[in-house]
Amino acid sequence: MKLKLRWLGLSQAIHPAGNKHTANQSIVPLTGFKEVSIPLDMQVGPGCKPTVSKGDHVNIGDKIGEPLGPWSVPVHASISGKVTKIEKQILSDGEKAEYVTIESDGKNTVSETLEPPVITDKESFLKAVRDAGLVGLGGAAFPTHVKLNPPPNKTVDTLIVNAAECEPYITTDHRIALDYADDVIYGALITAHWCGIDTVIIGTEDNKPDAARSLEEAAKRAKKGECNVYWPKNGITVKMLPTSYPTGAEKVLICLLMNRVVPEGGLPADVGVIVQNITTLCVLAQSLKTGMPLVKKAITLDGGAVKEPGNYEVPIGAPICDVIECAGGTVSEPAKIIMGGPMMGVAVDDIARPILKNNNAILIFDEKEAKLPKESACISCGRCLRACPMRLQPMKLDKAARAINPNELEELHVMNCIECGSCTYVCPAKRYLVQNIRNGKAYVRAEAQAAKENAKKGDSN
Amino acid sequence: MLHVSASPHIRDNATTQRIMLHVIIALMPTIIASGFIFGYRAPLLFVISAAACAGFEALSRIAMKREQTVGDLSSIVTGLLLAASLPVETPIWIVLIGAFMAVVFVKQMFGGLGSNFANPAVTARIILSVSFAGPLSKFSALPRFAATVTPGIAFKQVATSGADLVSSATPLGVLNNVTPETQVPSTMDLFLGKHPGCIGEVCILALLIGGVYLLITGIIDIWAPLAYIGSTVAFVAQLGQDPVVHLLSGALVLAAFFMVTDYVTTPATIVGKITFGVGAGILTGLLRIFSAMPEGVSYAILLMNILTPHIERWTAPITLGARKKTRKHQS
Repeated sequence: MKLKLRWLGLSQAIHPAGNKHTANQSIVPLTGFKEVSIPLDMQVGPGCKPTVSKGDHVNIGDKIGEPLGPWSVPVHASISGKVTKIEKQILSDGEKAEYVTIESDGKNTVSETLEPPVITDKESFLKAVRDAGLVGLGGAAFPTHVKLNPPPNKTVDTLIVNAAECEPYITTDHRIALDYADDVIYGALITAHWCGIDTVIIGTEDNKPDAARSLEEAAKRAKKGECNVYWPKNGITVKMLPTSYPTGAEKVLICLLMNRVVPEGGLPADVGVIVQNITTLCVLAQSLKTGMPLVKKAITLDGGAVKEPGNYEVPIGAPICDVIECAGGTVSEPAKIIMGGPMMGVAVDDIARPILKNNNAILIFDEKEAKLPKESACISCGRCLRACPMRLQPMKLDKAARAINPNELEELHVMNCIECGSCTYVCPAKRYLVQNIRNGKAYVRAEAQAAKENAKKGDSN
Repeated sequence: MLHVSASPHIRDNATTQRIMLHVIIALMPTIIASGFIFGYRAPLLFVISAAACAGFEALSRIAMKREQTVGDLSSIVTGLLLAASLPVETPIWIVLIGAFMAVVFVKQMFGGLGSNFANPAVTARIILSVSFAGPLSKFSALPRFAATVTPGIAFKQVATSGADLVSSATPLGVLNNVTPETQVPSTMDLFLGKHPGCIGEVCILALLIGGVYLLITGIIDIWAPLAYIGSTVAFVAQLGQDPVVHLLSGALVLAAFFMVTDYVTTPATIVGKITFGVGAGILTGLLRIFSAMPEGVSYAILLMNILTPHIERWTAPITLGARKKTRKHQS
């Protein structure tokens, strides 16, 4: 099969080594953190302003950040203790945000004010989702309540549960599917119910047949009425997808599962679909049952420098260095720390950076893994072209971006790039294609901004 | 200190060097076959040409004070392909001039690997064949071929310039001047390379082994060779010539697997590759039959190289969910 595709030179997804070493390890909660420092901006869109002040005592689940805008979701305390610091710091993406530092009292007291939300209609459901502090936990950190509430002129008929987990190393979604399948199904059903969706499709890769089985069984239990929620008209189907990268990218997943193509610059709602990550739905279900907002996150800790790779549940805001220490330490000097998977994750500059809501892995690479090859000249081999799931021309985008040519970039549809990294992964000249394409997007945005401002000036004249 | 870089943080193991190494391996059967057919001088030419190209590459990078790139092996490939398109009796100094032209003029002066618009080996061959028409038309007068093609039958253009230089004709030369004394070698002789010709072009069997190797390793795909060979054969057959002789002689098969598939100077899309192949095929057929020269392959490829940027633009893939561009009108 692989051979056939090769000599035909057809488009093909890439197959990086899975490295799913931790797939057999259940999620273990880690405790005993002395201090957490929680950024108030962990999402797409504006973040929060602090609702606590220095010296306040907070319990787990207490709100510490109040939304700044309609897209923002609140932030909650992840350990109990005293607020010791509120200050602006630079986030790992270079933006500045307020950090609330809480010193643990060692008791891990849960807030008494938490109770399951009462849901009567779509509005109260969305409010409950927002109050839970939910963002897309697959890594995108897009506010969930915004995603579940598409513009009224768009009809959504399908909810896709993204359990593909195509990034190497990460196995938290896999573990959620195995250990919390009932919560996932409950979350999917209740979301479908209040959003008026008739079809639920769960997409997973065929390297996790056990996950698919577990979810199918949970769906069967739900159908028998065991979890006491509405059953969608067209039911729940679990579909297996080929194991390749980037199967789990939203637009690719919709195309693979339903053969619908999201228009350039559009959203899944444009083709009648909402995609939710499996972990987001799991946390949503748990939060609706208990009232406990998103304060802990399951992460895969892996990489050559980690002594005991595994899946751990850690409080949001816990410093990465403490998480490593708690999980058994390192075997060699960490050379590179990645939040998320190796294909799309962010390399952080400081080992004391806090765990964020959307982190699903922390990879600690040793010197050998961290070493990247040197760039050389593009030989126009076309491998990037074949690897691109969006059918762009990465090599041309790279050249246009290096030449800072916004017009050319726009003509090459630069904004349709999903930054999955496939092109850079396969490039034999080892060129930093995605990095330059990202710069290219910034040039196009700046150009559009400038044009807008010029138009304004013209109007006022 | 932690490393920080943009994602992705992993790479696969393909490198430019490895790709070039695969091409060199794919040329090995041809080099070995040339030794059997023409004697030790043929492999020697390959080695000299490759070494000269690598040397000129290294020297020119030093002279231009640029990063050394000789390690990517692309100049070795250029050298081998240049030698492949020369007759066995080519004087060494002509090979050296060819290597210099290919690497310094055609490749490095345009910016080095990846930036040259024309195929260095093909262009150098054209420069040599125009500059040294005499020595480069002197196809092997080895005794074992004497019976196959009668000496004295020459190509059109050589016949007018100095027929005494020509000791033997290639089958294509024969096709252009069919007289009762001429005789085309048998199909099996053509396939195995037992006929006069350039050292890397005659043995179709060896070239096919190399081509299949490149296909299996995924270095090339089938479209460009298929379109090129298919369109040439169909075109000459349409004009009433023997397609088998055209297929098995001259540089057609060498070019199909090693020159029409060159990454840098041909389009990267499948539709682009087919367009390039068909275009080059028709040009090859036209030049072979109607031009004064016996061999149209080099010129056909060079002409299509020039068209490559345009073909790439015409055949650009359409991005997923593309919206039609509305041209912004400026007042």
